[in-house]
Amino acid sequence: MLAPDILLAAVLNGLMTGAVYALVAVGLTLVYGVLHIINFAHGAILSAAMFAAYFASLAGVDPYIALIGLAPLFFAAGYAAQRLIISPASHGDDQNVLLVTLGLSIVIENVLLTAFHSDTRSIDVPYGFASVDLGFAFLPLPRVVAFAVACVVSAALWIGLHHTDTGKAIRAVAKERYGATLVGIDVAHVYAVTFGIGAACLAIAACLLLPSYYVNPRVGEAYVLVAFTVVVFGGMGSVPGALIGGLMIGVIESLTGLFFGESLGQLGIFVLFIVMLLLRPTGLFGARA
Amino acid sequence: MTHGLDSKWTRRRFLAASSGGAAMLAAPSYLRAQAAPIKVGILQPLTGALAFDGQQGLMGSEAAIKVINDAGGIKSLGGAKLEMAQGDARSTPDGGNAEVERLNSDGVVAIVGGFASPICLAATQAASRYDLPYIVDVGVTDAIVQRGLKNTFRFAPGFGVVSRTALDNLVKLNDAAGKPAKTVVLVHEDGLFGSGLAKLLQAELPNRGFDILDTIAHPTPARDMSNVALQIKAKNPDLLIPSSYYGEFVLLARTMQQQRIKPKGIYSILNGAASNFRFLKEFPEAAQYVMDCNHWWDPRKEAAQALRKEVEAQGKFFTYNTALNYSCVLLLADALERAASTDRAKITEALASSTFAGHIMPYGPTRFGDGQNQGAAPVNLQVQGNDIKVIFPDAFADAKPVFPVPA
Amino acid sequence: MSAPRAFAPILMILALGAALPFVTSSNIILNGMVTTLIVALAGYGWNLLGGYGGQFSFGHAAFFGTGAYACALLQQRCGVNAWVAFASAITIGGGVGFIIGYLSFRSGLRGSYFALVTLAFAEVFRIVVNASSFFNGAAGVLLELDARPGNFQFASRAAYYEVALGLVGVALLSTRALERSRLGAYLVAVRENENAAKALGVDTLKTKLQAISLSAAFTAAAGAFYVQYFLFINPELGFGASISIEALLAPIIGGLGTAFGPLVGAVALHELGELTQWLLGSLPGADMALFGVFLVLIIAFARGGILGLLSRLGRGVHGMAGEVMP
Repeated sequence: MLAPDILLAAVLNGLMTGAVYALVAVGLTLVYGVLHIINFAHGAILSAAMFAAYFASLAGVDPYIALIGLAPLFFAAGYAAQRLIISPASHGDDQNVLLVTLGLSIVIENVLLTAFHSDTRSIDVPYGFASVDLGFAFLPLPRVVAFAVACVVSAALWIGLHHTDTGKAIRAVAKERYGATLVGIDVAHVYAVTFGIGAACLAIAACLLLPSYYVNPRVGEAYVLVAFTVVVFGGMGSVPGALIGGLMIGVIESLTGLFFGESLGQLGIFVLFIVMLLLRPTGLFGARA
Repeated sequence: MTHGLDSKWTRRRFLAASSGGAAMLAAPSYLRAQAAPIKVGILQPLTGALAFDGQQGLMGSEAAIKVINDAGGIKSLGGAKLEMAQGDARSTPDGGNAEVERLNSDGVVAIVGGFASPICLAATQAASRYDLPYIVDVGVTDAIVQRGLKNTFRFAPGFGVVSRTALDNLVKLNDAAGKPAKTVVLVHEDGLFGSGLAKLLQAELPNRGFDILDTIAHPTPARDMSNVALQIKAKNPDLLIPSSYYGEFVLLARTMQQQRIKPKGIYSILNGAASNFRFLKEFPEAAQYVMDCNHWWDPRKEAAQALRKEVEAQGKFFTYNTALNYSCVLLLADALERAASTDRAKITEALASSTFAGHIMPYGPTRFGDGQNQGAAPVNLQVQGNDIKVIFPDAFADAKPVFPVPA
Repeated sequence: MSAPRAFAPILMILALGAALPFVTSSNIILNGMVTTLIVALAGYGWNLLGGYGGQFSFGHAAFFGTGAYACALLQQRCGVNAWVAFASAITIGGGVGFIIGYLSFRSGLRGSYFALVTLAFAEVFRIVVNASSFFNGAAGVLLELDARPGNFQFASRAAYYEVALGLVGVALLSTRALERSRLGAYLVAVRENENAAKALGVDTLKTKLQAISLSAAFTAAAGAFYVQYFLFINPELGFGASISIEALLAPIIGGLGTAFGPLVGAVALHELGELTQWLLGSLPGADMALFGVFLVLIIAFARGGILGLLSRLGRGVHGMAGEVMP
């Protein structure tokens, strides 16, 4: 029988892992909500961002500081990728986008493999082993930071979407692509901005993950399928849905892992994913599909 | 020569003819001052997911070929030099299979390598079509040598031997320390190594006086080991037995350190990290006193130390599969020397009757029984200070075990 | 197109292909061709559903793995003859396709959603097979080496090649037959505009279910043949993402929704792989990175794949390219 303090600690762990899932999923859901496409290169971009953070750290820049530079850098890269590659290559066909982003993910992942080989690398930061003592549990400091930053970023994104001009334009395009064109919104620009924001979220997630995780060219894969689940769970296109969905998936995974073993914990996520897709593809919080 | 569907016998005839031809070619070269080089197939996963391990293995083979050639080549064949024919298995069995075909048609006398079990299974089988001798470097699955393939030789110990040795040494270790460990938690990855090992330990540990409190499986890759650490913390075992790949073990060790979980010992088996210098270098604190039962070189042999220095001078980590491939190529060279021929059947015969002892592994003389080197055994290692030391068996040890771990 | 004009080029190509072992005895070439044909066969399965029906699956590994495991386990556990096991594996694969199709299409999943759900099914299969001792877990299933034709094991690569070519031939002819059938017409209607097809009275669910069952059966045949060739399968080889990707790359690169597409694409992929290996040596990942670039380029500039390019160059190969997607 499990003691209540372990249960509580597991829930806390789940919340902290879930916050990172949410951050990874926010970018995905935003892109889906606006462009109505699934970005299959999401996982590969995360791997690339983690390598960027890793090399920044080797050069003596702490990942939390590197975040400030990497987020805009990945925003620019994402913007360019959508504007110069994905949009022209797919001719406005959604299924083409699926294949183009799949192609991009194959390219990114394998270029990383070519450049850095398949070894697993990790960094040692001074605060890597610091933890917050709650009396019944230790919460590792890097994970607490990840949780806090992920929540702040999601909230900032939500506020930005609702209270800035760019945000309003993004929401307008998401709701009514042609109407937005008519009122003079540059849809191609908005698409690229959205894609850039998605990539920037991944850069932030990468910097938050690195102090307590490892990096190799396929590391993003482990997160991307979960992010798909979170997106479907929280409702495709919904930012608050991604945050709540991410946290819930984190807790569900943590608890199923605790009760049924870690392997089946991951199985639980995929089964949930399939059931959600089959029964309620609009998600728990999503209104539109 | 006829071609067609039923070319089985023709190809056999052709093969016999061509290898006979090779032998005939070798004979006159005997008389020349400089004999024709002998092609040796080196098959490793040089690209793909296992590229790191493949490159490590390749490094060992290259070093061995250089040593042999510098020492005058194969003397019984007129000082013929070894020439490496490199094959990239691309980390898949199909890749291994395709490269065996290529190496065979390149005229190699034998193939060394494979690394991963699935690659070894496919590659040895492909080589057996041509009666091409194949020396498996790592491939721990025992099925590799249990299919009755006459061409297949595995120099390193298999899964069964490693786990049995690990258990025996664990009992020895515990007894010598006054039996401080009674309770155990098993942590394993849910793949081939981990699951098989856990099953075996669950059956064997209770017979040897250990109480298994819990068995925790985790997938590879795992995103988070916090729950595993929590469960370990709750059970508070004397001993932790993990069997995972590199990334997950590093995560676990770090999480345990964060959660201040300190069992009396961490005793891993065939672990990806515990006997890896990268782990030690990057996380010296988390790595301290972790024990492992794994492949390793013989630290008392000069050649082993020289090879380690050479590898480290290039800024690379010295791993067991570098040492294993180095030894496997030496083993092949010895067989060539005794066969005094590049005829495949004769090399196979020479390998089967090998008593080669000039390797750098802690094995003693080589003796193959059904393709498995009966002298092969793993050793127990422990991270002590800035190095990984051999603690068992006593004959090869260069340090005493630290157990239980000082609090 | 009259029947002789539709089928003659296929029979001609197959006859030419069958003559290959009489021209070369090189086992490197034959082995390369066998692995290429396995990819082509898996691609034929994908092409039926994705190329003609417009339903893009990202998880065809689910069917490949099912075929491989069914074929291997029926022999190993139940002592079933290899040929019978092979045939059963194809049937079981088709059945699994039907079930996944029924669940997904009944829920109205299409486009990205369908891609995602197939991906998830393949992943669930991989995890379950990996964790379950019934399927021999992560260790995989090893078939006993016993090279007799009665065992679906051949001593010569040439024999394996001819059998693989025969299977691809069946897939090619079936695809051409499908193009000329009512089902084929319905499928294309679903691809072009599902709602319109429905309005015209096409039973779209039934059409898609027939397509996915056939599609799964062909890909399962590729998996079952893989096992007979390598005599080994494990969860990663059977259900891993790479086979899902190869199964869709071959038809897309060759020519989506064409009879020859998967074969041309598989050959092109193989040659491209060899070429990068030859040019760049053992740079890990370089060949796959190029495949990715190739995929993006094909979609950007040549939606009809290699065959589309060829038919644009000259109408001479039109009969071979068949119907090219716009």
